[in-house]
Amino acid sequence: MIELNDLRKTFGAVKAVDGVSFVARDGEITGLLGPNGAGKTTTLRMLYTLMKPETGSIKVDGVDITRNPDAVRRNLGVLPDARGLYKRLSARENIEYFGRLHGLDEATLKMRCDALIQALNIGDIEQRKTEGFSNGQRVKTAIARALIHDPRNVLLDEPTNGLDVMATRALRQFMLNLRGEGRCVLFSSHIMQEVAALCDRIVVIAKGRVVAQGTADELRAQTGESNLEDAFVKVIGSEEGLSL
Amino acid sequence: MSAWNVVFLKEVRENLRDKRAMVSTFVYGTLLGPVLFAGLIGMMISVMLERSEKPLELPVIGSENAPNLVAFLRSQGVEVQKAPNDPEETIKRRDADVILRIPAAYGEQWRAGKAATLELIVDRSQQKAEQSIRRTERYIQAYAGQTTAQRLIVRGISPEVIQPILVADVDQSTPQSRSGILLAMLPYLLILTVFAGGSYLAVDATAGERERQSLEPLLINPVSRGEIMFGKLVATYAFAAASLALSLFAFSIVTPMLPVEKIGMIINFGLKQCLLLFVAIVPLGLIGAGLLTSVSAFSKSFREAQTYVTLLIMMPAIPSMIMALNPLKPADWMYAAPLISHQLLIEQTVRGEPAVFWQFAASVGVTLLIGAIVAFVASKLYHREQLAISA
Repeated sequence: MIELNDLRKTFGAVKAVDGVSFVARDGEITGLLGPNGAGKTTTLRMLYTLMKPETGSIKVDGVDITRNPDAVRRNLGVLPDARGLYKRLSARENIEYFGRLHGLDEATLKMRCDALIQALNIGDIEQRKTEGFSNGQRVKTAIARALIHDPRNVLLDEPTNGLDVMATRALRQFMLNLRGEGRCVLFSSHIMQEVAALCDRIVVIAKGRVVAQGTADELRAQTGESNLEDAFVKVIGSEEGLSL
Repeated sequence: MSAWNVVFLKEVRENLRDKRAMVSTFVYGTLLGPVLFAGLIGMMISVMLERSEKPLELPVIGSENAPNLVAFLRSQGVEVQKAPNDPEETIKRRDADVILRIPAAYGEQWRAGKAATLELIVDRSQQKAEQSIRRTERYIQAYAGQTTAQRLIVRGISPEVIQPILVADVDQSTPQSRSGILLAMLPYLLILTVFAGGSYLAVDATAGERERQSLEPLLINPVSRGEIMFGKLVATYAFAAASLALSLFAFSIVTPMLPVEKIGMIINFGLKQCLLLFVAIVPLGLIGAGLLTSVSAFSKSFREAQTYVTLLIMMPAIPSMIMALNPLKPADWMYAAPLISHQLLIEQTVRGEPAVFWQFAASVGVTLLIGAIVAFVASKLYHREQLAISA
């Protein structure tokens, strides 16, 4: 479970994140919806301890991230916005590298690698150097690398960005499987349809603030719109930076 | 396995697979030095040999005016030639280094016991001609000296009367120490190797990772940034050390092939010297790796890092260049100053002087201490929030 409380972060005069609070629960997919530049990536970066919030607190499974960042990182699996692979290492070597940094022993590492490679269906490319991988192959490898330590909480920053239809469908199914395993899944997106189709709970962010949150039904009720996409546009106040 | 070790092994493995890294580390950084060195030294030796062994070619105008002088010059091995018709123009065209003109009045002045005048047609701005001019002057002086002595003896006076002081040169240089002049550039080439050897990896491992967007995911792992930095630093250092070892090996093969003994010099570059040089220079790699990693963490882009690194690699040349132009007398404190101490220890070692323990210990100790400080600065830079964020 992930709890964010009143996060703020400014870059110079820009208030990138301006008082964001929400909760992502175990066994649910929580969607962070917002136009480009709304503060989704900065919020996630604070959550996965890459940046320090100016005010506010974050707890992962009850542990405050400022108190024990390493323990928090061990319970988080993160697909960040930056998802570069090492192109001279094979897909499997990329995944193993992060597993070893997590301190997994070789037997566990092999077991987890095999399981993820199978779950993400990348067995055909696991021995290939990642140079020249397609976007989909790259994202799948990056996800396997992020989940090698079997984390309870999974953060995905715009996971379907740049993927084709097949890869997007496969990825959505994979996220549903993660939810089925009882994990807390939090992902950000600017694609309304994707959020509407996948999420148990939706947090809508615009200009660094949470403008609405709840289940799809709650959002519809709040806005009085029967169509979820119209509800999104209404709370954000503009269609700019969103995709269907 | 500790986390820095995981990072270290990954960096080594990845860079061993990178052709550009290998070429930059082990060809440019390592083998270019010995090849350049052998080429330049070889050229210098052959020029020196050619100049000193070749008989002096001296065109003479009016040789019939002074047959005894010409005979003396021939007896000294000078190749007396017929002079061209336009001697001044010949010198200006640099077709000859020096031309001797014996005026018609020479014989008359000589017989009258007056100072007989000779003319040397030269161009003093020509460095190439300098040695020929000096040799010609020396032969003429020798002839004059011989004549003076004969004239004094004829008059019953000892020639020593006009030579109240005789200077004897008591040269303390040995063939080994004379080689030092030739070896002035060796320290720079070796110091450069230990800086350049790790530079590609250092830039690639931090600025390159950020540019390729893999630094952010790496830093999310439950490992301290200091430990990640340390793994990369050790990998940089390992490449620098390997580069130095290979370079020393190449020098030890190339140096014995140079005909230095022909010009009365000896360069010591055997196994023992290689080991001593490695011990002396390798601590400098820690400062190099720390500086390279710092610069790489500090700069905003890969290109910016490369620019800084190019400047950084030039830096160790400064003491070498100053000391080549203005050789310092070694003082004790110099062995505690990085770069200067390396310059001195390298020169002493190849000159074949016995290794002095405290000098090596001071140099290694101080260098490692400064290296540790630089590495600490690099780890501080790694903790900056901006580090992972690629623009």
